[in-house]
Amino acid sequence: MTGGHGNAGVEEESVHVGKTVGRAEDVVKVGMIAEMSGPFAETGRQMVNGAKAYQKVYGDSAGGRKVELIVRDSTGPAPEVAKRLAQELLVNDKVDFLAGFGLTPNALAVAPLATEMKKPMIVMNAATSVITLKSPYIARVSFTLAQVAAPLGTWAAKNGIRKVYTLVADYGPGIDAETAFKKAFIAGGGEIVGEVRTPLRNVEFAPYLQRIKDARPEAVFIFLPVGEQPVAFMKGFSERELDKAGIRLIATGDVTEDGQLEAMGETPLGVVTTHHYSAAHDSAQNRTFLKAFAEVAGSDFKPNFMAVGAWDGMAAIYEAIRRNGNGPIDGDRALATLKGLKLDSPRGPIMIDPETRDVVQTVYVRRVQKRGGRVFNVEFEQFPSVKDPGK
Amino acid sequence: MRLRTGWLEVLFWSVLAAGYVLWPSQLPFASQVLIAGLFALSYDLILGYAGILSLGHAAYFGVGAYAAGLLAAHGWGEPISGLVAAGLVAGLAGLVTSPLVVRGTDLTRLMITTGLGLLLFELANRLGAITGGVDGLQGVEMQPLLGAWRFDIYGRTAYGYVLAVVFVLFLAARRLVRSPFGLSLRGIRGNPGRMRAIGCRVDLHLAAVYAFAAAYAGVAGALLSQTTQFVGLDVLSFSRSAELLVMLIVGGAGLLYGGFVGAAVFMIAHHYLSSLDPVYWQFWLGAGLVIIVLLGRDGILGFFHRRRSSAASAP
Repeated sequence: MTGGHGNAGVEEESVHVGKTVGRAEDVVKVGMIAEMSGPFAETGRQMVNGAKAYQKVYGDSAGGRKVELIVRDSTGPAPEVAKRLAQELLVNDKVDFLAGFGLTPNALAVAPLATEMKKPMIVMNAATSVITLKSPYIARVSFTLAQVAAPLGTWAAKNGIRKVYTLVADYGPGIDAETAFKKAFIAGGGEIVGEVRTPLRNVEFAPYLQRIKDARPEAVFIFLPVGEQPVAFMKGFSERELDKAGIRLIATGDVTEDGQLEAMGETPLGVVTTHHYSAAHDSAQNRTFLKAFAEVAGSDFKPNFMAVGAWDGMAAIYEAIRRNGNGPIDGDRALATLKGLKLDSPRGPIMIDPETRDVVQTVYVRRVQKRGGRVFNVEFEQFPSVKDPGK
Repeated sequence: MRLRTGWLEVLFWSVLAAGYVLWPSQLPFASQVLIAGLFALSYDLILGYAGILSLGHAAYFGVGAYAAGLLAAHGWGEPISGLVAAGLVAGLAGLVTSPLVVRGTDLTRLMITTGLGLLLFELANRLGAITGGVDGLQGVEMQPLLGAWRFDIYGRTAYGYVLAVVFVLFLAARRLVRSPFGLSLRGIRGNPGRMRAIGCRVDLHLAAVYAFAAAYAGVAGALLSQTTQFVGLDVLSFSRSAELLVMLIVGGAGLLYGGFVGAAVFMIAHHYLSSLDPVYWQFWLGAGLVIIVLLGRDGILGFFHRRRSSAASAP
């Protein structure tokens, strides 16, 4: 987007050159693999609507070429399905970009194909650190858990919290979050008084909450995947009166994500989280994003960071198409564009690290507050240019 | 019931072999359908022939998948020996767990097999250091098949490999169900009490076929990990066991081919519906399944089977 307007003249020309619309090389295909059904359907719907919102604002062509979005449903954490879909997208649909990926296992399974076919693979959500190491053709525009959890450790230690109990979901992102938080928090002089990892499915929080209450920490740090778990945890937290026992709740932003924040009632008010995007972020780009998303998805469906990931992924793809020139999309050239690419995202400025192909961005410290009758994550402090500390 | 090699059977396998020409761009998908078909065949052996109702058959699929995946991830990337090893490990797992399963009635068996499936799923989840946990097993790299054919992105090698393995195992299963052993299994399904009375060692028979079917399931799982070069935790998931039951019922149990037909119908419907409508495809899939089962209680093959036998007895 930045710089995209600068060479508008060149784009005009390429429009004329490729005027015989319908030729294969005039269409750039983006194969999007997302979780559209099953327990993680929310992830996929956020991403697809985010990508569509981008196309609504910036048009469905880039550099004079039509950008066609092909969506496939990976049905949930199903790596063999994701891999097969990627195979079909690459071989049958002949897509130029792979995109989407809400869940780490799906992204990891597809990575070798991106390498084999030399096709850029844009990770729009999956947030385990290792993903970008699995193929030189992967670029990530979302975030990593370590990236947002480490600043929270630093912030907590600096703001008088000494004893923390950690609770994370027991899988890649959870372990990343726990590791990064602990490291930063202990480095800042804090002490971990207890830690627990909860199963990814069918979790009952009551016994964990009681144990935490008995350990009397000053705060509890949690990471739970977006969905039902944060809601269940919040409910238990107030039922067991941990808040009244003077225990603070700090978390990664997944826990108070914008889509479900209002469903959580009063409990999250005052909870401090760190994340890269809040719907309350004050910028022109964010207002554009929110407006377009509401037009595409309806005003009942609240966008969250996943929709922003897809929006930025599309922005990166558009830029790669513009700088590709007229020939077929060249994977290596696209990666050269992506490395070091700076985007003006709804979350604020972001950059794709030229070395790791992972996103570098501002991480915000936010507090859940009421504003005009609605609940928001209000940003009040920031850590600029945070890299993924997990690598 | 005692069919000779009919022209339909020859046609069935010829069409599959002609897949390279008939659906060259769908080979990865066709491989996965064949793998699901083999898995359903393994389930047919215990449900359709021996009458053991199970909701945890994915346990053995998963054991085979992880066995083959772990071998390859730790440097043993030769596909055929890996496949044999995975089948043996899964068969052993079936043998060890069979005493729990073969006793009891349908309901107890359902409970026990479901429990075993969940146990193994959580075990694989817990042992993240070995299995990769929820993130899946990384670094599964296969050597070329027979040292000559590399597993390519178009799925050509994978399809031939899967088809050959499935064909050989199918022949063995066909042989098995037509043997005296297979006949006594059917007797046990019909009336275990009477079989016991005529001196058949019912539990031993059931244990044997259960272990045999587990080995088949393990090979199916191993084929999946070898051809996708990845093992996800979902190989052990409950939904895989449940879908398996649906596939076999849709195709028709106790007919050997029912699993393949059911797997093909289920997966093709799934595939097309989810491309047509990525959000609400499950609605259409569910509606289709209900209709199929309402039309013919013995599944698709059972439906044709009945029509053929009634046509034969009519004149």
